[in-house]
Amino acid sequence: MCLAIPGEVVEIDALRPDLATVAVSGVRRVINTGLLGDAPPAVGDWVLIHVGFALSKIDEAEAKAVLDFLDGIGQSYQDELAALKASRIE
Amino acid sequence: MRFVDEYRDADKAHALSAKIAGLCEPGREYRFMEVCGGHTHTIYKHGLEDYLPERISLVHGPGCPVCVIPMGRVDDAIHIARQPDVLMTSFGDMMRVPGSGGNFFDSNAEGTNIRMVYSPLDALKLARGNPDLRVVFMGIGFETTAPSTAMTLLRAAAEGLRNFSVFCNHVTIIPAMKAILDSPDLRLDGFLGPGHVSTVIGCRPYEFVARDYGKPVVVSGFEPLDILQSIYLLMLQLAEGRAEVENQYSRVVPPEGNPVALRAIGTVMEPRPYFEWRGLGFISHSALRIKDSYAAFDAERIFDLPGVRVADPKACQCGEVLKGVLKPWECKVFGTACTPETPIGTCMVSPEGACAAYYNFGRFTRQRVKEASGA
Ligand code: SF4
Repeated sequence: MCLAIPGEVVEIDALRPDLATVAVSGVRRVINTGLLGDAPPAVGDWVLIHVGFALSKIDEAEAKAVLDFLDGIGQSYQDELAALKASRIE
Repeated sequence: MRFVDEYRDADKAHALSAKIAGLCEPGREYRFMEVCGGHTHTIYKHGLEDYLPERISLVHGPGCPVCVIPMGRVDDAIHIARQPDVLMTSFGDMMRVPGSGGNFFDSNAEGTNIRMVYSPLDALKLARGNPDLRVVFMGIGFETTAPSTAMTLLRAAAEGLRNFSVFCNHVTIIPAMKAILDSPDLRLDGFLGPGHVSTVIGCRPYEFVARDYGKPVVVSGFEPLDILQSIYLLMLQLAEGRAEVENQYSRVVPPEGNPVALRAIGTVMEPRPYFEWRGLGFISHSALRIKDSYAAFDAERIFDLPGVRVADPKACQCGEVLKGVLKPWECKVFGTACTPETPIGTCMVSPEGACAAYYNFGRFTRQRVKEASGA
């Protein structure tokens, strides 16, 4: 649970603007963007996600670098993705 | 030297390695602590110690929030789970953490319902969907995770959910660093500051380390090059006689942190007078509890907790490992009685724990190689 993983925002919930759908390594899940305050992400932005919340916005190059790092650490990233897949935030 | 072969930026790493070596003063030994378990992971995974002169050693700090939860808190969680109609939820990493009578899996085998969730918001959804169950979320983690718990609790309050509560075990990094700096058996020359915690708290809270203890802090990213770069910045400060807080990870960490996250924590949580850390003992103001105004969501008040202090198992040397006094493999039970499958201490449970990281990746570091060759 210590990992923060990058995801690309693909949709913002029209009724709940603090919820966004992100794509993470081919997985699409809803996360909460409330911690980004008055600078909410737009579709196409990258965010660092930690336990279902966007922690900060990052640029695409940083997202790529973090993904490389995560791919390198193997099992714990796979476990984190599996946990994310089971997540049903609403 | 797997890192050399595998890492795409091997040239840059070599260049940094040479620059670091060039800053070593003759006859001086250097010890830097990486506070964050994510850093420990990268260091072992990429064999980064092989990139450093022998006179620089990296000491692994207490920055894995799973590793510092004492047995008594695991027992308390199981006690809550045993109450009628309780559905207990926690992050997957907690499931294997041993309590005095077994871990969460053992407890489930005896009839409790402790479920893994990815996010506290998943626990909230379970509460909405199961109005006749009392859903408890076991909140663990440093300042990276505490805002998520706080935001979830605020949401539960806004929705008027009556069957959701938080068993709050969030810890804070600054008092732990201070306890380590004050510990007599450890001499450190500087810190690699945690990256993600700092996205929340910013860089200012570390200033006491530079000001009061005269030691440099460099907040660092997680890639191998980030860590080498940060060690270079630490060495440069020492060489120039400076002690400052620097931000190597400024591409992600804003100096002032995340005000929304800090506000969320401050709204629902407050520092505890003291909290027990596994292996480190009681540290004052080192953890968060739910404020009176949110008592209705505080599992500690809803359920009567035994709150018994359980001594760590005798064989366990996690305290020394968490303080960086012992390297993981110097523990008597490392890799024999204590493995990731059957952990005795918590440092072996989470992948960010120093013992687990070393067990999984660390077999080729320079000390190991030397030991193996009998040198
Ligand atoms: S090997 Fe096990 S008991 Fe020893 S310090 Fe590591 S986690 Fe603790």
